Amino acid sequence: MSLLAVERLNIRYGDRAVVSDLSFAVEAGESVGLVGESGSGKTQTALAVLGLLPGSAATSGSIRIGGADILGASEKVLNEIRARRIAMVFQDPMQALNPYLRVGQALSRVVSAHTTANDAEARQRVLDMLRRVGLADAERQYRAYPHQLSGGMRQRVMIASALLVEPELLIADEPTTALDVTVQAQILELLEDVRDDTALLLITHDLGIVAGRCERMLVLEHGRLVEQGRTTSVFSGAKHAHTQALIAAAPRPDRGVLLAPVAADKVLEIRNAEVSYFERGHGRLRAVQALSLALQAGETVAVVGESGSGKSSLVRAALGLVPLQAGQVIYCGEPLAAALQQRSTRLRRDLQLVFQDPVGSLNPQMQVRSIVAEPLRVHAPELSRAERSRRVVAILDKVGLDESYLKRHPHQLSGGEAQRVAIARALILQPRVLFCDEAVASLDGSVRKQILELLRRVQQETGLAILFITHDLAVVRAISHRVLVMYLGRLVELSGSEALFTRARHPYTQALLQAVPVPDPIAAGGHASLSGETPSILSPPGGCAFHPRCAHARNICTTTRPSLREIDGVTVACHRADELLQPH
Amino acid sequence: MSALGRFWRRARRSRSILYCGGMLTGLVVVALLGPVLSPHNYLQTDFDNILRAPSLVGGHVFGRDDLGRDLFVRSMLGIQVTMLVAIVASTVSLIIGVVYGAIAGLAGGRVDAVMMRFVDTLYALPFIFFVILLMVAFERNFILIFVAIGAVNWLDMARIVRGQTLSLREREFVQAAALGGVSFAGIILRHIAPNLIGVVTVYLTLTIPQAILVESFLSFLGLGIQEPQTSLGTLVDAGVNHMENAAWMLLIPAALLALILLCFNFLGDALRDVFDVRQAR
Repeated sequence: MSLLAVERLNIRYGDRAVVSDLSFAVEAGESVGLVGESGSGKTQTALAVLGLLPGSAATSGSIRIGGADILGASEKVLNEIRARRIAMVFQDPMQALNPYLRVGQALSRVVSAHTTANDAEARQRVLDMLRRVGLADAERQYRAYPHQLSGGMRQRVMIASALLVEPELLIADEPTTALDVTVQAQILELLEDVRDDTALLLITHDLGIVAGRCERMLVLEHGRLVEQGRTTSVFSGAKHAHTQALIAAAPRPDRGVLLAPVAADKVLEIRNAEVSYFERGHGRLRAVQALSLALQAGETVAVVGESGSGKSSLVRAALGLVPLQAGQVIYCGEPLAAALQQRSTRLRRDLQLVFQDPVGSLNPQMQVRSIVAEPLRVHAPELSRAERSRRVVAILDKVGLDESYLKRHPHQLSGGEAQRVAIARALILQPRVLFCDEAVASLDGSVRKQILELLRRVQQETGLAILFITHDLAVVRAISHRVLVMYLGRLVELSGSEALFTRARHPYTQALLQAVPVPDPIAAGGHASLSGETPSILSPPGGCAFHPRCAHARNICTTTRPSLREIDGVTVACHRADELLQPH
Repeated sequence: MSALGRFWRRARRSRSILYCGGMLTGLVVVALLGPVLSPHNYLQTDFDNILRAPSLVGGHVFGRDDLGRDLFVRSMLGIQVTMLVAIVASTVSLIIGVVYGAIAGLAGGRVDAVMMRFVDTLYALPFIFFVILLMVAFERNFILIFVAIGAVNWLDMARIVRGQTLSLREREFVQAAALGGVSFAGIILRHIAPNLIGVVTVYLTLTIPQAILVESFLSFLGLGIQEPQTSLGTLVDAGVNHMENAAWMLLIPAALLALILLCFNFLGDALRDVFDVRQAR
């Protein structure tokens, strides 16, 4: 008998079906990936398995855990099942941990709810478990509040809390989506290592994660199961069109793409930029230091770094949204004023930005028509109403939206549509430089692919220069000519995209590349070669800021900051760059 | 303004707005016309007929009070005064509060800090003490009620508007507008103000009942409207003294007061839906 057997499960809210006729099984000890885009019903399925669906959901079918029926069960029976057999790891550990309880208190409660252990025994079991999930300083984490831990540590605590139940089935719902890529790799490896004979149901939108971790996978589309099978066979020969599309849409960090050639004229140059903020009680926070970069017409440069690397500050400073403490931004040979208000209208129209959160960057009170037309009103007030609306329709057409979108409000758009509107607004002035700040991070795989294609097409047609900020190395290769890697506000490596992916010089870049999940079970990827997390930018380590996490660090790395060197056309900041080149 | 047109279209579809708006309008019309059409006036005493229960004979539909005055005319006068207090005091607090709050929120930094500490200082003043001081300084006066209520209510409004403006200012669509070259005035008019309307309107409909209650409270304490002028609060106060032998003197003005307050509260709820774009389908 299967550990978890879901049969003909239907979940409806009113007349909206979120899960239809879903049947699958999870055997004891196995790891299964549940894959789908947003709205495909993956989380609803997980909630149903846990008996946590809200009262407004109408269900039919059956869910059995080791023979016990979930759907018809009373709250008491459900609690019994949840206490002994299933545990859940949520996407955002900050939301899932009670902020008023110390980690030790929270976990001890789990132990005492499940066993008859006394306080001392409970404490010992919690400490053991914290060590098992890789929190070496367990005594200290035991006394810490959730806000005092980093994102990765919090997720480790959540996993500890789930495993304390000694469940037969562990459900992890997008457990690493909120984490940096190197930490993601650590957490996924941890889940694999500590679960022993616990079955794992891993819910994710990221095919790369499933490819490396799960024995079997299920693919959901609009609440229906469209494909299931062994991970290797699904990836090598997907039968359903949706699965094929998902696999095709997943960006391949291990494969290059052909990009349009770059023109010779330099449009934007950032020289020795420094951005810092004053934090009360902490002093000066140096978000960006001594950073230089030149951008040619028709070129895309990706700026890559984990959270806190200063990539967003760099863009905001270049645009004049935050002040530049030192250095210059030069546009077509002309130094730009530091503050946006002091820049001439012509300069402003040539530099445009696309934000990460497409819905937040559109005024909820305005219609798509006026959102897109607004820059035109400012920069070309002489245009007639008819001409303006002709241009709006034309630019919307270019980003793939027809006239039916003109009268919609932002909340009536999907994430991908809203991002197209934001791109249309940025492009309507025909800028020469487009900054994209994590512009595809919140989008589903297939939509992400379309947006990247759109940017590539626009670039080819107009010679637009793009500065593409991302934490996701997988999309970098699909769009950029060159890549700039940042760590704690400094440039660590700047090189051509192909060179970076084949012959990374800096140990940090190498670790990032190894951590990226690859949507191919044979190429795998997603290895945690870095321990620990990025230190706080408020107190960066001395010498080379990366040395505490670097496997190749020598004495000199702890004392002297490496200067930027150029080796074979690659700019890199590492003392050992010439020895460490490792082809992979 | 297309935004206003949209709000208006949606408002017309809402039942709560239709009923509550209609009820309030009706009350105001009756309150204005009633005293004119009635054969009685609010001053005329009749010591032979004190505390007479409501009856159709002689046209005293709401009965008579302890001085024999017609309670219908006095109630209508009470509605007039109460509504006037509500509207004037709320408008005063709306104008001062929105302007003050928006300036503080937009300016930010030190200006914001100084402006909001001033608000905090005013908050710290005990309200009744403040009113008594005003009375002592200027004698009892109709205008003073507005001043007293407005002086207190705008503080809340200023805080709410300031908080909203601060968070709106940081929103990405405002930054996007700035990058698109929209001027400071354009950002306020096209991006900040439309997103404030909802909150401000809703809060205004909460301020109106609050102003009415404060006026009633002041009148009840004897600090508000002076005889022979009256308000619903004053009438309730008078009614309390006779509630055992002339319950209508308490129940009628109290019911009118409750009706007005309920209408404003429902109106506020309905307006919140109107101003929330997400509700529109």
